[in-house]
Amino acid sequence: MSIVLDLFTVVAVGAGVFFFLAGTVALIRFPDSLSRLHGLTKADNLGLGLVVLGLIPRAASPLPALKLIVLWALVQLGSATIAQMIGGALRRREPIE
Amino acid sequence: MNDVLLTAAGIILVTVGAGLARVLYGPREVDRMMAVQLLGTGGIAALLLAASATGVAGVENVALGLALLSSFASVAFVNASPAQGASDRGENR
Repeated sequence: MSIVLDLFTVVAVGAGVFFFLAGTVALIRFPDSLSRLHGLTKADNLGLGLVVLGLIPRAASPLPALKLIVLWALVQLGSATIAQMIGGALRRREPIE
Repeated sequence: MNDVLLTAAGIILVTVGAGLARVLYGPREVDRMMAVQLLGTGGIAALLLAASATGVAGVENVALGLALLSSFASVAFVNASPAQGASDRGENR
């Protein structure tokens, strides 16, 4: 059972690392700001979400696991709000042609 | 197992640090802010991985603080944006 959980952790954390990689590549390579914002939110949501998902089986008791989930939800809320705000700021600064 | 988690934390930090190239090359302030935002999220993920691997108490709380700070940094950035309040008519540009 422990091996299965370890395997789950490795797979989920690995997928999270992949999404962070994808987010960074998007941030560096995408041509315009809105596309970069798109890539950034993927890294925020999926990358951190998968890392947290992978770490949950390693939590000693339910409460620390719940804390991880709450932390992820907080980042999720913040990231969604910020994506909207940055999108709005972009639009105000450079109105769409 | 702990080595795997610490390696993952290192990879995330290096990756996200490479994203800071966007801070150098811009071209707009918004792009720079997005790179910093990505660094915040990556830092949280790396801290959580390190917390789980080393078992040091309280590292999750540091990640919690980082989440709060990186959110507020972007909110402050948008609120201080010079074109705030100017609509699409092109004022303040």
